Amino acid sequence: MSALSIREVRKAHQGTPILKGINLEIEDGEFLCLVGPSGCGKSTLLSMIAGLDTIDSGEVSIGGRVVNHLSPKDRDIAMVFQSYALYPNMSVRENVSFGLEIRKVPQAERQAIVQRVAQTLQMEHLLDRKPSQLSGGQRQRVAMGRAIARDPALFLFDEPLSNLDAKLRVEMRTEIKLLHKRMGTTIVYVTHDQIEAMTLSDRIAVMRAGEVQQFASPQEIYDNPVNLFVAGFMGSPSMNFIRAKVETQGAGFGLRLDTHGASHLMPAQGIDAALRSRVGQEVIFGVRPEQITHRPDGAGADQLHTLRLPVELVEPTGPDTLLLVPINGQEVTCRVHPTHACAAGEHLDLTFDLSKAVYFDAKTEQRLL
Amino acid sequence: MADASNPATGTNLGRVLIYAALALTCLYYLLPLYVMVVTSLKSLDEIRTGNLVAPPQNLTFDPWIKAWSSACTGVNCGGMRGYFMNSVMFTIPAVMLSTLIGAANGYVMTMWRSRFSDILFAALMMGCFIPFQVVLLPMARTLGVLGIANSVLGLVFVHTVYGLAFTTLFFRNYYITIPDELVKAAKIDGAGFFLIFRRIILPLSIPIIVVSVIWQFTQVWNDFLFGVVFSSGESQPITVALNNLVNTSTGVKEYNVNMAAAIIAALPTLFVYVVAGKHFVRGLTAGAVKG
Amino acid sequence: MVEDALPRLVVAPTFAAALLFIYGYIAWTAVLSFTTSRMLPSYHFGGLIQYANLFDNARWSVALGNLLVFGVGFVVICLVVGLTLAILLDQNIRAEGFIRSVYLYPMALSFIVTGTAWKWLLNPELGFEKVMHDFGFADFSFDWLINPDRAIYCVVIAGVWQSSGFVMALFLAGLRGIDDSIIKAARVDGASLPTIYRRIILPSLWPTFFSCFMILAHIAIKSFDLVMALTGGGPGFASDVPATFMYAFAFTRNQIGMGAASAMMMLMIVVAVIVPFLYSDLRGGRRG
Repeated sequence: MSALSIREVRKAHQGTPILKGINLEIEDGEFLCLVGPSGCGKSTLLSMIAGLDTIDSGEVSIGGRVVNHLSPKDRDIAMVFQSYALYPNMSVRENVSFGLEIRKVPQAERQAIVQRVAQTLQMEHLLDRKPSQLSGGQRQRVAMGRAIARDPALFLFDEPLSNLDAKLRVEMRTEIKLLHKRMGTTIVYVTHDQIEAMTLSDRIAVMRAGEVQQFASPQEIYDNPVNLFVAGFMGSPSMNFIRAKVETQGAGFGLRLDTHGASHLMPAQGIDAALRSRVGQEVIFGVRPEQITHRPDGAGADQLHTLRLPVELVEPTGPDTLLLVPINGQEVTCRVHPTHACAAGEHLDLTFDLSKAVYFDAKTEQRLL
Repeated sequence: MADASNPATGTNLGRVLIYAALALTCLYYLLPLYVMVVTSLKSLDEIRTGNLVAPPQNLTFDPWIKAWSSACTGVNCGGMRGYFMNSVMFTIPAVMLSTLIGAANGYVMTMWRSRFSDILFAALMMGCFIPFQVVLLPMARTLGVLGIANSVLGLVFVHTVYGLAFTTLFFRNYYITIPDELVKAAKIDGAGFFLIFRRIILPLSIPIIVVSVIWQFTQVWNDFLFGVVFSSGESQPITVALNNLVNTSTGVKEYNVNMAAAIIAALPTLFVYVVAGKHFVRGLTAGAVKG
Repeated sequence: MVEDALPRLVVAPTFAAALLFIYGYIAWTAVLSFTTSRMLPSYHFGGLIQYANLFDNARWSVALGNLLVFGVGFVVICLVVGLTLAILLDQNIRAEGFIRSVYLYPMALSFIVTGTAWKWLLNPELGFEKVMHDFGFADFSFDWLINPDRAIYCVVIAGVWQSSGFVMALFLAGLRGIDDSIIKAARVDGASLPTIYRRIILPSLWPTFFSCFMILAHIAIKSFDLVMALTGGGPGFASDVPATFMYAFAFTRNQIGMGAASAMMMLMIVVAVIVPFLYSDLRGGRRG
């Protein structure tokens, strides 16, 4: 039985479609991330799952039960908000137990639950404080505690970490992951941060303009993006997209790469069928920065291709150094180990690992397979 | 905004001039109050022979006693006491009712927004703009039909109805600053419409309740138009009684009694102003968002 | 769902009240103004006769003229005084809180109290005039309150006294709301203080100016209590304004039709003065 199932869900606001037929299904205990740029409809979808927003058509079921017409309190869910939405006039203890009180949980039991939640989240010392006396991270913790206390079938997180500073965000991310591991409750988590989505989720739904672009595991989405948008959205620094002309090369095909006068033909393998009809046309060659580096790693020798390229700019990040090289009039980012980096203006041998390279149609931006 | 290091205002002469100007204007604003107070403490003889701004030579509280309990307005010679109580009697319920209803309206208009509530808001704003003369005749007739004309109850009703536009505006503008995620969280916690209002929203509303109460209190207490049109004789509010007292054409004009009566009429709002002046200012500024 | 109906149910009484007591009554008054009603409301259609009579009425013309004098004088002087005081008070004044309270306290008073106080201050025999005589200015004469050509200016004086502090408070709040860094930037650009005020601060006070204008114009048009307490519309009807005219005709002279017509004219005046401002404001994109 799936924990959450969303079928053909649509929503429009004053004639403008916001969600254009969403289909998602996750199993009990899974961690789903809805990720996408702002305005893609991810928060609206979450609101509809919560019952805070109405559904125009389609069906949302939680634990096998259609909840379209149930009010939020009857959906067996809990939610953590971006602004935390802690009740300012109540102490932490009251905040956590408010939902229980409304559900008429007896006083003694309520206290026990609050104690247990406080222990789990290590916030026993905060119980008698007011939200205004808490730091951002502590508020975040209380907001999670309030959700946990209810022991719902489904947790909803609406960009819960985006109001925290960078360091705290990483800490809380880990904590959320640990919590999920320990409790095993199903979670739907909205974020615009692709790293959060990658690190936390079992499955990611990448959304754009009211549509799910791709719904798969994080690694699958990273390695096999279905289109240019997904490929560009996931990963940082983002994937290089090099516009290049398709040419025949022996029995196979290659892509013409020009850089400062020098011209190379980069073999393109595994998609002969798609390229055959595009000879002489441009396609988009997608290659992640870490796949253009100073030395071959695990891939087979036939998948490696080395070019000598002029380095325009050097950006050390610490663990890696990013190099910008011009190819076909575009800036292409390469990622090398600092010990192999050179100075700007020099030339460097850079090896392309083509085993993970992807190709997109220049017009439809869909992946060529 | 301007700070002490400001070169242009930093010169001594400039500062002296600014302070002098401010002090003079302060005197101008205080003068009428001062004159009222000293006049109310003088005998009529002293007023006639003495100087308007001179402090009283022979302090007397008789004008106050007379103003409170035996001054004549028309045929009634019971002083301001009865009218003062009338004003208390309709001001307190009108202030409480309009504030409470305004809070509920503001809550619906922000946290449970719908087309219906948006339309209502737009419709109500007209109530802040109309000159009340345009509703006087029909209202007089309505109060007559309802049998509450010339009664304290009628004034409670009128002041509540025409105060709603302002109180609703206050609460709506305040609640709009409260994140609606708070209400969403409460909904998910299982709370319903009234529970959210009582447990979450009202406890956050203390500042705006104070503003609304102070605003309504000064408006209703100081009102003259509704009072003079919708009440008569024994049921009149103090502002109407004061005006009658001052403008009674019969007999000797007792300026000292008039001033004492005027101060009595002003005391409640002045008291509120002194005690909660900060909120008063905030209320006025909030009301000015759209006057 | 019940949850959807409840909020509507809560605002429904207010909605009904607004419809009836604002819009319904305006319509009712409009109807009355087209009838021949005198002492009792009658619903005999009289066309524009009440309006025709109104504009033939000398007293109404005086009232309109007075409204113009009072309105312009009151609004302009309040704005100038209020803005000046606000700018002065914004120069890091030590006793700012106290001074502000002094300027503002008249706003807590009823116009009736204000009128009573100023009626006494301006009393031609025992008031201000006598003070000047006592100081040795034997020829000083100040009889505006009983001078038919001057009485309305007394209303301006008392009105400004009561309302200018409020305007000051609004302007002061506006001044405090201006982003400090803009002024710092202007100073770095080498602008002098007068230039900063003229080019940066005053233009950004436009919304405050707008609010003040609306409120003051509104007070001026509705002005009733102050005139009643200060001059009673007199001498004769020399200081009548539309509000006192309306009251006199509708409630003491039993000319209901004419009263209704004058009330409608007051509404028109409010609309004529405020709507263009509101419109330009909305077009300007400022949100209230």
